[in-house]
Amino acid sequence: MILGVDGFMYPNEVELQWSILIVLYPYITGLVAGAFILASLERVFKVEAVRPTYRLALLTALAFLLVAPLPLQLHLGHPERSFEMYLTPHTSSAMAMFGFVYLWYLTVVLLLEIWLEWRADIVRLSETTSGLQRVIYKALTLGSTNVSPTARIVDDKVGYAVTVIGIPSAFLLHGYVGFIFGSIKANPWWSTPLMPIVFLFSAMVSGIAAVLLLYAVTTSMRGKKIDMQCLDTIAKYLFYTFIIDFTLEMLDLIHRTYESDESFRSLDFMVHTRLWGSQVILQIVLGTLVPLGLLVAVNHSAITEKKRCVMYLTACSLTLIGIFAMRWNVVIGGQLFSKSFLGYTSYKMDFVTREGLLPAVALMLLPFVIFVVLVKLLPPWTEEVAHGATRTGA
Amino acid sequence: MDLNRRDLIQIGGKLLVLASVGATLGQITGAEEPSDAYNMADHWWGMLIDIDFCIGCGNCVRACSNENGVPKGYFRTWVERYEVEENQLPRVDSPDGAMEGFPPSRRSDLKRFFVPKLCNHCVDSPCVQVCPVGATFVSPDGVVLVDETYCLGCRYCVQACPYGCRYLHPKKETVDKCTLCYHRITQGLTTACCENCPTGARQLVDFKNPQDPVHEFLRKHKVQVLKPYMATEAKVYYSDLDGSVR
Repeated sequence: MILGVDGFMYPNEVELQWSILIVLYPYITGLVAGAFILASLERVFKVEAVRPTYRLALLTALAFLLVAPLPLQLHLGHPERSFEMYLTPHTSSAMAMFGFVYLWYLTVVLLLEIWLEWRADIVRLSETTSGLQRVIYKALTLGSTNVSPTARIVDDKVGYAVTVIGIPSAFLLHGYVGFIFGSIKANPWWSTPLMPIVFLFSAMVSGIAAVLLLYAVTTSMRGKKIDMQCLDTIAKYLFYTFIIDFTLEMLDLIHRTYESDESFRSLDFMVHTRLWGSQVILQIVLGTLVPLGLLVAVNHSAITEKKRCVMYLTACSLTLIGIFAMRWNVVIGGQLFSKSFLGYTSYKMDFVTREGLLPAVALMLLPFVIFVVLVKLLPPWTEEVAHGATRTGA
Repeated sequence: MDLNRRDLIQIGGKLLVLASVGATLGQITGAEEPSDAYNMADHWWGMLIDIDFCIGCGNCVRACSNENGVPKGYFRTWVERYEVEENQLPRVDSPDGAMEGFPPSRRSDLKRFFVPKLCNHCVDSPCVQVCPVGATFVSPDGVVLVDETYCLGCRYCVQACPYGCRYLHPKKETVDKCTLCYHRITQGLTTACCENCPTGARQLVDFKNPQDPVHEFLRKHKVQVLKPYMATEAKVYYSDLDGSVR
């Protein structure tokens, strides 16, 4: 009898191979994709109400994207060989494409869009600051100092084109992460064609919730008034995407239950035992139904603006917990049952080891540190930007 | 023709000199030696396991562990004991992979048999498909191998294997698995597990060798592979495999 094991596991299955770090990977990339898609609402779909969050969303996406490969690097047995994925990628492997998708998204989409968006500010700051700051801003101009109205129109047009390319790229980034799991036919918990689309919508949900929270918190910290119209609009989009996401997940659940293939007994047992807390309580009830309920309840006429704001913040916080629980249930849950469907193992999370809780917490805090640095470097607050430095086309 | 001992020694001496000269000339001129070197294209390896013959002694597990330096708690091969009651899920155990065999069964009224497991050296290996750098591959003679100098240790292949045959080597931090004793079979030997099986339940087979008894066996017996619905074209065939085996 092995501790933490019920029934029969193949002997090599007892130990989980993918730890909490691999839970962070889809969670972080999801936040990136979601934040970017929210930014594109304003840029491409001209949803003016969410404009105060546009720049914030871009910086959020960048802060998380810079951290996205780190959990994978820490997880690898030989991180020094990871560059081989670029040099000799195995074309039949879904994972091999990560490096290329990541680089494409980072350089072609996000960095380019951010540079174009902030170029006028960077040029202005390179002229108004001094010392090291001046050097940094000079370098960031990349030698392009023309901020004439004509040049800004070109920036705007290129920026628009990049955002248009960015939307399918964001879909690709996270849909692809879903495909990494969904294409593993050996694991019935993962193997579903719905996985990429479920990952995509849950990414949008988490990214939108994260930007709403960041906007509300940073605005309050700066002593400014929160733009409630902006919050209401973001919450509306959060609600719509959440409904689609929840519908897809329930469709998957109903489909599995109705089909009841040979894995069903095993998976059903798991949901009622080992995953009860993280799936049913955290993900479905607290992380989905309660936020959805709050997002519906805000429409009641008796709810004051302040209460509405608190309800949004509560809903978004719970949503982020719920989406994290969803990633946990996919990654960890998918390894808790035997591929023989005859037994179950347990995940024993370490604390200080390379794949333990402490590095995971540090990795989750790191994007916020980067975010603070980015905000200092590239101020996103549109009300503080000098006239003429904002986009001309908007 | 009558040959005495003296003639034999003389002829032998001359042949020896001729052979030495020939070999030296061959070396000087660069002529190739007649070779019995291993040619990968001539082989296509797999295994045949006769469930009825397996007695669950664990000899194969111990032999594999010793031969390949398998770390404790991990298995390139293991043996499962199935105890099947009518209309019930099978009860399966494999204490320490059957390294020390099995304790006596608590019930005698059940259908009971042993199932040795190892890498199935699939033709369409999911593990090979998913490896991001191609560190795991199918050799030209049909053996699924891992290049440990190239493996990243991402463990995607471990997730992709439907049979639970792979693990991360705790010291090397690369993925490890059954190599079908590649270092032995390319020298004309059989695998350590087959060599040490007291009942011949495990037989290394070469599907490209027309003289291999496997062809005769496959003609006369009903065989099955594990999880055929996975469509991996596994090359480990089981004779008399019960439907309850996972």
